[in-house]
Amino acid sequence: MNQTVFEPWNDPNEKPLIQFKNVTKRFGDFTAIDDQTFDIFEREFFALLGPSGCGKTTMMRMLAGFEKPSEGQIFLAGQDIAPIPPNKRAVNMMFQSYALFPHLSVWDNIAFGLKRDGMARDAIGDRVSEMLKLTRLEKFAKRKPHQISGGQRQRVALARSLAKAPKLLLLDEPLGALDAKLRQDTQFELMDIQETTGTTFVIVTHDQEEAMTVASRVAVMDHGKIIQADTPQTIYEAPLSRYVADFIGDVNMITGTAKARNPASEPQSDPTPPSTQPPEKHDDAVSGTPRRLDPQPNDAGRWLHDKVLKFVLGPRSDAPKRLPAPDPTRDAPLASAQASPQPVEAAPGGLEIHWHESAAPLIASNGDPALDGQTVTLSLRPEKMSISKTRPDAANVLHGKVVDIAYLGNISTYHVELVDGLKIKAQATNTRRVSQRDITWEDDVWISFRDTAGVVLVE
Amino acid sequence: MRRLTLILVPYLWLLALFLVPFLIVLKISLSDTALAIPPYTPTLDLGAGWQGVKDFLSQLDLENFQFLTTDVLYWKAYLSSLQIAVIATLLTLLVGYPIAYGMANSPDHWRPTLMLLVILPFWTSFLIRVYSWMGILSGEGYLNQFLMWTGLISEPLTILNTPVAVYIGIVYTYLPFMILPIYAALERMDASLLEAAEDLGCSRLQAFWLITIPLSKNGIIAGCFLVFIPTIGEFVIPSLLGGSQTLMIGKVLWEEFFNNRDWPVASAVAVILLLILIIPIILFQRNEQKQREAEG
Repeated sequence: MNQTVFEPWNDPNEKPLIQFKNVTKRFGDFTAIDDQTFDIFEREFFALLGPSGCGKTTMMRMLAGFEKPSEGQIFLAGQDIAPIPPNKRAVNMMFQSYALFPHLSVWDNIAFGLKRDGMARDAIGDRVSEMLKLTRLEKFAKRKPHQISGGQRQRVALARSLAKAPKLLLLDEPLGALDAKLRQDTQFELMDIQETTGTTFVIVTHDQEEAMTVASRVAVMDHGKIIQADTPQTIYEAPLSRYVADFIGDVNMITGTAKARNPASEPQSDPTPPSTQPPEKHDDAVSGTPRRLDPQPNDAGRWLHDKVLKFVLGPRSDAPKRLPAPDPTRDAPLASAQASPQPVEAAPGGLEIHWHESAAPLIASNGDPALDGQTVTLSLRPEKMSISKTRPDAANVLHGKVVDIAYLGNISTYHVELVDGLKIKAQATNTRRVSQRDITWEDDVWISFRDTAGVVLVE
Repeated sequence: MRRLTLILVPYLWLLALFLVPFLIVLKISLSDTALAIPPYTPTLDLGAGWQGVKDFLSQLDLENFQFLTTDVLYWKAYLSSLQIAVIATLLTLLVGYPIAYGMANSPDHWRPTLMLLVILPFWTSFLIRVYSWMGILSGEGYLNQFLMWTGLISEPLTILNTPVAVYIGIVYTYLPFMILPIYAALERMDASLLEAAEDLGCSRLQAFWLITIPLSKNGIIAGCFLVFIPTIGEFVIPSLLGGSQTLMIGKVLWEEFFNNRDWPVASAVAVILLLILIIPIILFQRNEQKQREAEG
């Protein structure tokens, strides 16, 4: 299995196709790209992701040759490309507007680059047919760009930029103009084509979902800098900074002071399962609440028994009837977060995060103990949090009230307000129909997550 | 009913201001010259009833058109007008295209000013502007004074009253009609098309030739027709700047009307001119139509 994993960036012997070396680009006073050094490897699908104005388009235009770096160098296959004009580079670009030539047919658009290379007539014909087939446009070869749909135009643009078999293909927001459904299909098509042709793709997008879907590595950019470049999984699951965590997907951020946990003493308290905890201890914690009474008949019941049932069932005993012993998980809502200072299931070591004086610290066993004493942020994905009306057994449990529910069809996002007004998002799959959903607005709920669910961030 | 009225208005306009005058000119062209007021015969006598109309029609003939074919002057005038119009149109295109291109590529905030500068000459009378060219081009004019001052020439050049002066006049006068449609076409062009062409291996010049020119084709065609059509019948410029050497049909027309007082022959000249112009006008309309379809 390991051989099929595509990770050239982890292989020290692999030579990068593109190297940025201390590249800075300024427009007047404005620094669009700030001293960036990074590599892109052959056959990669590299996504530049960031908000508008973060410099991603400038990065791409420098690769295409429409802009020159103010400082530093860009190498393509070991060659400094600064002096090479765009028309001499083995790089092609698919434009955001597609930039199809409106006066030329689909066929001529695709053949345009090949003709400039002085390719033989037959060879051009073959190559164009190949491209038309790849993008499933055979039927539209004779049409003009304004006679085909947006999705078809997008494919023409792709075919045209791929026709010259560039070493590197640049895609500038390639799917921006398509509607959501078509965009999804096209993303997979793009990946297929990238795989079939073996071309290195660099895509610029502000749509994180798109970047995550198509790319082998995603570079999250902000203010002319790449904040983190990693696989989609790493970017999502292990962001290195608050910015990245926040930019990609939904996230909950809880900030507090870190305290290193003792790796040795922890395991002893761990194995204790909650069900074996003596009920007395449990009751102590809720001493404020009135003791629940066992079920007893009321006056009418007593009258009924004495006058009628006595003759059948015999005399009535005043001893209360007892229900089975309470199940601690069912009674959990009555307990508060403070009730379990030593949470269960937590692995030893890592950090405790003290985020609120009245709440139990959150446990992040994957946190770095070296961060002891520092202010850190625990970043938690909503889908890694469970929500329930009863107190669950988990390393971290938070209590709050549902203030909002975003129903997205397949999932629902619950916005839960904690004790001090902090709002947390938790997601649950809608396995039941909405009408059967048991959690609703204003409900008291418990949010729980594992000790490894979050990521401890310093920056 | 309201729709009918709406359609009727432009047709009435055409009828009153184009078709009726044209029919009068056509009628005069079929008449004979006479020493009378108006200087032709026959005139329609409606008092004589149906017989009068019959007499009137029987007296019309194609004599004047036959006359035009016998005198070589007219053919020469037509051909010379066509030639001048074609050359002048090409010259206007050569001057106008770079101006339009420059305007379309200038910063956004400059464009209204540049546009104003192109239209500005229209605010002065056409006649005055042509007269001022006489002042510039004449033997002692500003151009010759300037050239002699720079030492490029020692003798004044003879420009006024030559075809060169006519070309200068036409190019100058009709330049805005060339610039504006080309500018409109270039301004609409997506700048990323040129980047795409470059990206696909074009040099700047190739990109201009393969992308910019084809995409401004409609503007070029429109501009050329807008210059060519009025230039053929141009009278003021050749008569003021061209002197006696320049033969243009507009001038011939004028002379027939006012010097010879031969209205029927002048009308025949005008009718033929109109027939010649109908071809480019139809081509022009077709181009506009095609462009609308391509955009629609």
